[in-house]
This record gives sequence, structure tokens and C-alpha cells, in this order.
Amino acid sequence: MTLIAFYILSSIVVASALFVVAARNPVHSVLWLILTFFTSAGLLVLIGAEFLAMLLVVVYVGAVAVLFLFVVMMLDIDFVALKQGFQNYLVIGILLALTLLAEIGIVVAAATFGGGTTFDPNPGGVTNAEALSNVLYDDYLLLFQMCGIVLLVAMIGAIVLTLRSRPSVKRQNIAQQTGRKRKDAVELKDVRPGQGIP
Amino acid sequence: MENLFTWGGGMWGGIGLAVLQILALVVILLVCIAFLLLFDRKVWAAVMMRKGPNVVGPFGLLQSFADLIKFVLKEVIVPAGANKTVFLMAPIITLTLALVGWAVIPVAPGWVVADLNVGILYLFAISSLGVYGIIMGGWASNSKYPFLGGLRSAAQMVSYEVSIGFVIVTVLLLVGSLNISDVVHNQEGGFWNWHAFAFPTIFVMFPMFVIFFISALAETNRPPFDLPEAESELVAGYQVEYSSSPYLMFMIGEYVSIVLMCAMLSILFFGGWHMPVPIPGVDGLPSWLLSLGGLLVFMVKVTFFFFLFAMVKAIVPRYRYDQLMRLGWKIFLPTSLAAVVLVAAYATFTNAQMRPGFEELDANSSGALEASELIAVTLPAGMDRDKDGVISWNEYRRNAGAVN
Repeated sequence: MTLIAFYILSSIVVASALFVVAARNPVHSVLWLILTFFTSAGLLVLIGAEFLAMLLVVVYVGAVAVLFLFVVMMLDIDFVALKQGFQNYLVIGILLALTLLAEIGIVVAAATFGGGTTFDPNPGGVTNAEALSNVLYDDYLLLFQMCGIVLLVAMIGAIVLTLRSRPSVKRQNIAQQTGRKRKDAVELKDVRPGQGIP
Repeated sequence: MENLFTWGGGMWGGIGLAVLQILALVVILLVCIAFLLLFDRKVWAAVMMRKGPNVVGPFGLLQSFADLIKFVLKEVIVPAGANKTVFLMAPIITLTLALVGWAVIPVAPGWVVADLNVGILYLFAISSLGVYGIIMGGWASNSKYPFLGGLRSAAQMVSYEVSIGFVIVTVLLLVGSLNISDVVHNQEGGFWNWHAFAFPTIFVMFPMFVIFFISALAETNRPPFDLPEAESELVAGYQVEYSSSPYLMFMIGEYVSIVLMCAMLSILFFGGWHMPVPIPGVDGLPSWLLSLGGLLVFMVKVTFFFFLFAMVKAIVPRYRYDQLMRLGWKIFLPTSLAAVVLVAAYATFTNAQMRPGFEELDANSSGALEASELIAVTLPAGMDRDKDGVISWNEYRRNAGAVN
């Protein structure tokens, strides 16, 4: 049962990863990428790492891929220009692909022939969410928090670099808008017929 | 899961049972949705001093079914320039995702299709996927209004997911488990134990409930945050080019996810299937009767929140887009983040006994942590070897090395 599910899921992963590259329309590429992420999450569930699977869906499918799709949808795509320069990048592309293939080969070979590491989704009898939190928040707390600070610095840096203050733009004062009372806006007048408001 | 798949003589009996459970859940859910839709329209009409739908069946009770037949029998129109596959997949994805979320909702004690250990994360993941149906529909229509609606909704849903995530984290910190049944069990024994009202945390959790409610409105594109389909600006937003059954799927998907949000509100904050006041002497009753009673209580709570959703739709005017973004990022995000810090501190200091290495922390063995010992609670267990309240680099190195 597990084996059947594994073969179905992994063939979907491989096929959709292939279509990410092969699809002509970039939006279709992103949609295939989302399918790839989602199915890999299914593979993680299969080996018992539910927590990682959910994180993969929340972070990659729910946030990162949405932003991808957001940007790619708004591109004004010129397919002719997209095809140009293909040969310039061909060599680099093939080199990169070969390197990745070799790395995957090494990992698979090491896991298959070198005795490998046995995989335990619930190490030491605790759920994998708990095991992960023990590693992150107890054993490697300092490194984990330093990673957080590095990310914070990167985020603030990105914001500072792209923030332009444009004084010519008219802005709305939200506090003023929401703080407006009825007596500032409405005045009741007793209008007599035929006389109008003086 | 293990038990479910081996019920009634092996694998296939288990799968058959699972399929039956899923079918029962979906059918009952969709019938409930049909009546909730009518309820929504009736509430809306009552606020406007109209009668609402009252022609089909007694009091218009069959109106939703008449609408269903009307939608199904109409012609499916696919615009000429549309991306046909994506265009037709979008409503299917919306409806499917809305329904899948219900798999982990415990509607009564023990009545849940899949009692996942990471149930809440699963719900959060599924609700964060909901944006794809809308964004794909908006893009594939190859038309301006749907596209703008899709973009708006993508930005809106991503923004409000952040605060929803933090609110969920506050509840998880109080419960200490990701399992939804555990969340409900944690609120047993009367409304003073419900997360929204439990005593010391009420000052944080009740505002969190309000934030969750408002974020749920934004997440499901309900008024006053229905900007993706604001009819005065975008005709009908991402739904402009849809007709017939695809439109019906969008609409049902929307309502299913609204009811899912109502269910989440009642589970996370209002005790799920528990009665507001414990009724004495019910423990002797058979468990199926208790479950049925729990189901009724749960449905009443969900209907109450759905009523609130309907009242908000009827009463509150639509937000402007910049106001929406300001509310999400500048008010809800900092507030919920501060709440996470407060609740985390509360959970750490009150549950200190549960912590590994408590005996080491409790230096004078009094069974509780005094102020001088309390400082050590904030440090990882067992790492502070010389007990000076600070983890030196050497202590850190030794501990990290010991793990490997």
C-alpha cells in the first residue's frame, strides 16, 4: 500500500518537475512547480514526517509560490525574446544540471551501498515536531537565534535599499480619517420652506 | 489512521469505511450549506426589512436547491481567449480545497475523518492554498476585471494569513499540542475554560478571538473585505467570466470555507462540542448519544458564528484597499505577535513543572520556582551547568557536541 502510494507520488513529482522546465508558458511552469511541492509534501507524509510536510505546504506552496505566481502573472511575456540567448546559457546550464545529477547520484549511492542512515520519523519515541523543536530550541538555540538575526538584518536591509521617500506623493492621514467624529462632518440645519439656508 | 485502514477485515474494508465517512461528511455538509445559504440571505433581507427568498417551498426553504438546479442546467461558457484548462481547473481547486479542510475537524467527540497529529497545521496549510483557485481563475479568464480581482485577493489572503497564523500559535501554546481533538479537550468543563474566556489569559485571548474573526472575514473574501469581487469597482472580480457549474463550484467553495472558518472559531476559542455549562449526570449515557449531543452543540456554535458573518455582511460598509492592508499589516500583525510573546511567557512560567530538567531548576526543591530560580526557566534545559543563570560559550559548545 505504502509502496503503491510512493510510486504514484514520486512519478507525479518527477513528471511535474519535468513539466516545470518544459512548459512554454511561465505561469504553467509555476503551476507545475506548485504541484511538485505539494506532491513532495505527500512523500514526506508517507515517511512519517508530517510536520515537515505541513511546513513545506505552508511556506513553499502557501507563500513563496503565491509570490512567484503573482510576479510571473504580471510579466509581459514575449516568447521570441524569451527564446533568444538560449545557446549562450546552454553550456552553463548543462554543467549545472550535470553537477546536480552527480550530487544526487552520490547521495543515493551513499545511502544505498554505504550502509546509509536509517530513517526514523519519531526519534526517541517523541513526535517529529517535538524532536525538531528539541534540536532547534534546546540543543542549537544559539545558532538558531543567530540565523533569525541574520534574516532580520537581511530583511531590514532589503527594505532600506528599496524604500524611496517621495515627498510629492499625497498621502492619506489614516488617524485623521478614522478619528473623525460626527460633529466634524455633519451639521443639521432647520431649513424653512422657500427660504433656503442663509 | 492505522486503525481506520484495517477495519472490517483488512485494508479494503478500512478504505471502504473511510470512503463512507468522507461521503457522509461531504453530503451532510453540503446539505447544511444549502440551508445556511438561505439563512444568510434571510438575515441579510431581515436587516434590510425585506422578506428574502420565500417562493420556492415553505418559507423559501428549497430556494438553494432551485438555484442549484438552475446553475447546473445552464450552459458553460468558456471565453475565447481563456486558458481553457486552468480556467476550468480553478473552481474545482477552490471547491476541493474547501472540502478537504473538513477532514480534520472533530464535529463531535471521536467523530473525525482523520485525527492527524498536526491537524491545525494541516488546516492552516489548506486554507493558505485557497488563494490558488481565485488567482488561477482570475488569470485564466484573460480579462481585466478578473485579473485585477485575482491580484487583489492574492495580496489580501497572503496578508491576513500571517495574523491568522500567529493567532493559531497563541492557542497552540496554551494547548501544547497540534492535534485538534486535544485543542477541544483542553477546553472541557464549562465556558470559563474556553480559550476565549479562560481567566488569566482572557485579556489576551479574547482580543485574539476578535482578530481571528476579522481575519477570517478577510481570508474568505467576505464583506467588508470582499474587494476581490467588489461589484462597484470590479463587476464581480475573478468570477466575471464564469457561468453555470464552474460558478456554482466557486460559490459553494466560498461558503464551505466560510463555514470552515466558523468551525475553526468555535474549536479554537469556544470549546468545540462542549456545552457552555457542564450538565451533571450525562456520563452514564451511551457514547453515541453523547457524540450526537456534541454534534448538536457544535452545529449551534457554528451557526452562531455564521450568523455573525451574515450580520457583518449586512451592516458594515466595504473597506478601501489601503485601509485593508493597513489593518492587516500595521495593526493585526504587531498585536498578534505581541500576544504570542505574552502567551509564550505565560505558558513557560506556568507549565514549568512539565519541563524536562525541572528538578535541576528547582534548586531548593520547593516544588515551585521562586523568582531567583525563575530566570533559569528561560534557558534551555540542562545547559547551564555551573548554574550561574548564563550559558557561556563553553557550556553551549559542550551541549551541542554532546548531542552529536
